[in-house]
Amino acid sequence: MAKQHAVTDILRQYDPVPDRFDELGYKGSGPKPHWRPLLQQLNLESVDGLNQRAQAVADAIAEDGVTYNVYEDPRGDARPWEVDLLPLVLGAEEWRWLSSAVIQRAELLDRVLADLYGSQRLLKEGLLPPALVYGQAGFQWPCQGIQPAGGRFLHLYALDLARAPDGGWWVMADRTQAPSGAGYALQNRLVISRAFPAPFHNLPVTNLSDFFQGFQNSLASMSPAGTESPLCVLLTPGRFNETYFEHVFLARYLGLPLVEGRDLTVRDDTVYLKTLQGLRRVHAIYRRLDDGFCDPLELRADSVLGIPGLLGAVRAGKVLMANALGSGVLESAALFGFLPQISKKLLGSSLAMPSVASWWCGEKPALDYVIEHLDELVVKPAFASMRMEPVFGYQVKGAERDALIRKMHAHPHAFVGQELVHLSQAPVWQGDRNRPLAARSIGLRLFAAATPSGWQVMPGGLTRVAVDEGVEVISMQRGGLSKDTWVKARYTTHSKSLIKKRLQVSDLLEGERDTPSRVGENLFWMGRHSERAEATARLLRAAFNRLSGHDQAGEYALHGLQTAAEQFGTLREAEPDEVPEPLPEMLLKAVSDPELPGSIASILQALLLNASQVRDRLSSDNWHTLNRVGKPLTPPPATPDQSIRALNLVLLDCISLAGFAMDDITRDASWVFLVIGRRLERLANLCTLICVPLFSDRFSRNAMLEWLLEVANSEVTYRTRYRRTPEILGVLHTLVMDASNPHSVMFQIRQLQKDLPEMGRKTGQLFPPDLGECMERLKAVDMHPFECKDTDEPCEALGKLLEDVRSEVYRVSDEIQRQCFIHTRFSNRSVKPH
Amino acid sequence: MTFVHYHVRHETLYEYGQVVGESHHLLRLTPRALPWQKNLEHHLAIAPEPSVQRTFLDSFGNRITAIHFTADHDYLKITSEFWVELRDRPKPSVDATKVAWESVRDSLRYRADRKFSPEHLEATAFRFVSPNVPIDSRYAAYARESFLPGRPLIEAADALMKQIHRDFSFDPSATETFTPVEEAFQARRGVCQDFSHIMIACLRSIGLAARYMSGYILTHPPEGKKRLVGADATHAWVAVFVPEYGWLELDPTNALWPGLEHITLGWGRDFSDITPMRGVLLGGGEHEPEIAVTVVPEEEFASLYGDGETYLDHLSISPPSSAMDPG
Repeated sequence: MAKQHAVTDILRQYDPVPDRFDELGYKGSGPKPHWRPLLQQLNLESVDGLNQRAQAVADAIAEDGVTYNVYEDPRGDARPWEVDLLPLVLGAEEWRWLSSAVIQRAELLDRVLADLYGSQRLLKEGLLPPALVYGQAGFQWPCQGIQPAGGRFLHLYALDLARAPDGGWWVMADRTQAPSGAGYALQNRLVISRAFPAPFHNLPVTNLSDFFQGFQNSLASMSPAGTESPLCVLLTPGRFNETYFEHVFLARYLGLPLVEGRDLTVRDDTVYLKTLQGLRRVHAIYRRLDDGFCDPLELRADSVLGIPGLLGAVRAGKVLMANALGSGVLESAALFGFLPQISKKLLGSSLAMPSVASWWCGEKPALDYVIEHLDELVVKPAFASMRMEPVFGYQVKGAERDALIRKMHAHPHAFVGQELVHLSQAPVWQGDRNRPLAARSIGLRLFAAATPSGWQVMPGGLTRVAVDEGVEVISMQRGGLSKDTWVKARYTTHSKSLIKKRLQVSDLLEGERDTPSRVGENLFWMGRHSERAEATARLLRAAFNRLSGHDQAGEYALHGLQTAAEQFGTLREAEPDEVPEPLPEMLLKAVSDPELPGSIASILQALLLNASQVRDRLSSDNWHTLNRVGKPLTPPPATPDQSIRALNLVLLDCISLAGFAMDDITRDASWVFLVIGRRLERLANLCTLICVPLFSDRFSRNAMLEWLLEVANSEVTYRTRYRRTPEILGVLHTLVMDASNPHSVMFQIRQLQKDLPEMGRKTGQLFPPDLGECMERLKAVDMHPFECKDTDEPCEALGKLLEDVRSEVYRVSDEIQRQCFIHTRFSNRSVKPH
Repeated sequence: MTFVHYHVRHETLYEYGQVVGESHHLLRLTPRALPWQKNLEHHLAIAPEPSVQRTFLDSFGNRITAIHFTADHDYLKITSEFWVELRDRPKPSVDATKVAWESVRDSLRYRADRKFSPEHLEATAFRFVSPNVPIDSRYAAYARESFLPGRPLIEAADALMKQIHRDFSFDPSATETFTPVEEAFQARRGVCQDFSHIMIACLRSIGLAARYMSGYILTHPPEGKKRLVGADATHAWVAVFVPEYGWLELDPTNALWPGLEHITLGWGRDFSDITPMRGVLLGGGEHEPEIAVTVVPEEEFASLYGDGETYLDHLSISPPSSAMDPG
């Protein structure tokens, strides 16, 4: 009796609207049995205690969010995911019925897809209007006639349900393309089951891990892997997608590589993952990318997220797509009215669970009905691709109403009228001492996965909650308040998670395997861009410092710096008949104009873009430095003095970045690319800089030696070595030949001759690119001719050699790109014969 | 029965600003076999040599050649060359010319449990909005100037073709490949692609089924001038579904029914389905292709290419003997 009293205690002031179904069943004979363990637990605690628990839940979500925010763009405004402290609880009997109805519908929709992309009997026999197929963008013509690998079109199916006042469930929407929410449901489960361990075990609640395990195993076993070990990947549109959080979470949970379109390539109708260790065949793709975006070659040409040629691989049956390309065609409320007949035809049975009453306006009587009963209906777009918000008939009046009706007459195919459903209500934690629980409208999203032995329904789901009391509509937007969904198990099960409890030795060895090429590529370009930013900053600083020189030598020096900046691509060379802009103005823009190619601002932008792609490999100190390095350029420095100060700050951060590169990043297969990127860039820049005086006349040349040492960051080395003003022999030796100067040509080549073979070992390349010939030619340079007064000839010869070295740098860089990142071949046969 | 032979040469050259490491292309350059069109010989020359090349039929039955490059290239040259034999297209029967357009429209409408014939079902694929062809009351209103109540479909469609030819100016400077059809419709000017898209929009907006036809047309050099190599272009026209007959072709650019001078590559719902070349490149920079099309009747073939030093050497095929046989 005390218990009964306690239950009503927590329920004081809980007041569901009378003509709605109450999930708790409170107003009838008291809470339904499957709610009792939870309510008893609530009554054992004080409202304050439960509020603390709610806070712990919010903290846990935020904490996990922080982990995932790692991947998010600094500009991104990721919305926090909100979970109610209280789950929705469903009884075992009800669940049995629900899941069988879901299975029936999943099976039906899979067969409808097979028909639409196959023989189209449904269209021929008049069971489905052609307008619902040919008349919408969701039907992917290029997919017509494809037999999917694995034999099924649907692998993961979701549907949105609502419960009517009489307790019956209605289907509100089908998700057949790339349904979201399963990961959020799992996340909710991890958090809420920890908040209520006792009722969770006492009910008991059916665990979710079997479902995910089943889905994962099915992808592998249904994929066309043959005797190979199947490789499944999770394809994401990328970190700007609204549910990216879930992609990361599911990829980790299921142990699938998380890939973007550019991580994959199609060769000879076979899909491969580009890794630093080479191409690895992909057998199944669990995609979170919409149909149209998956292949820019055959589907939407403007998609940059897809994989060119993917459809060819699908057509050849070489890869399993979950779900099949083109499955979005069924995400249409216009189909609802036709499903009962189709079910009889294809399954030989009636639909167990009805769809919400819907009238597709493409049929004249339906259009007339919808317009006549507008106040009782919601008008929705017929097809998901239309991007129109649902309109509540009773809310539109006057001119707005006339406009809607006109549109419906003009394009009747495009509209569906749908009955307003009075949603059921469930308790939501309020935290108020006088009224701890409030009743809110809810909707339920369930998930089913295809397995070789039939459909499995996730025992649970994503319960979504209306934003406020009395609100009937559940926002279809992602986010908002959600609930964990508990299904009472018929017997106790042992929970097991796919997340490994403890590390195992085999996990330790996995460190070096299959690093995506994208990671190496971005680290490589991070290296090149940070080195380029540093060199350009030194160059521009040297130029600003010499702007006010008045003598002839100063003029020569400045002219040389301008030439060097032009060759860096930082300053633009004036056309022969063009009046050039004054140098100071050009230099100011070269510092801060992000639109100007080669400017410091644009190089730093590119650097940040590379870094954000490998954010998870950078320490937070490194990341902060990367975010800070361009700050001195806003607002843009307006004078040479301001520019010099800004460049000094930029240089300090560049030097920090160089330190991070050496000391702060795990030295795995990808790290070596960062180092090689830096070395190659420095080597190319050195060659460019040194060539400017080498190719100048004698007088200009001597005037340039001072800035050359300064820009090449070797003043100190020279001074300590020679203790005199710069002379050509000493300068060239310091910058070219001196293998102990970390800013010399020889030093870079020697290091690269160690780093490149190291890269080869880590990536399994038999013949990594090499600079051996450059090294031999440099070693053979005779410095004696530079002792003479006239050094024009040896200077020119050395200049040509350095130009060759620079060409080699570009060749090696291209070769690395080809071999390790884009996985293509070099060919000189394809240059057009003129 | 009369027939004619044509030689068609369609060259496309892309010169890329930057080296391309990998590229995929889909080519729709093979003329379609039709009762009145025989593809005598077709040769596709692709340079540089692709890593992979294969062909398949698209969902509308057009032959696609898919090519893939996985080695550096800085240009792509595609030469499609073929001999084709054309005969007259069949004429609609007297009965077919009498069918009122509204009854055709109604026969394409969905009614619950009414079965579609395979021809009608195929036609419905060309009845709705497609990527480049909207459906709108403005097009319907424009179409109704010709589609008077009760008028036979063929007569009305012919009138619409002439109406467009009368109201619209041919103006290559007015539009580009991806100019939306609305713009050309507003401006009352454009090229064959625009005229065809507009006519299709008109036909679909009143509930009829219409296809976009892609191919070539024989041009006639001005009086006293000689035919020039590379002076032609690809052409586009329209076909409307006529029950009991099939697809009646209409050329709104020239206000005529395609006959012995229209060579068919294939068809789709609009240009986007039957683009002669479509590709995805890794790299490449900016590039505009150079395109040269030459359509020459058999009897002029020798005089056109015979004294031209440039092309004779490269001609990969000669008139097949079967083409000489008047059977």
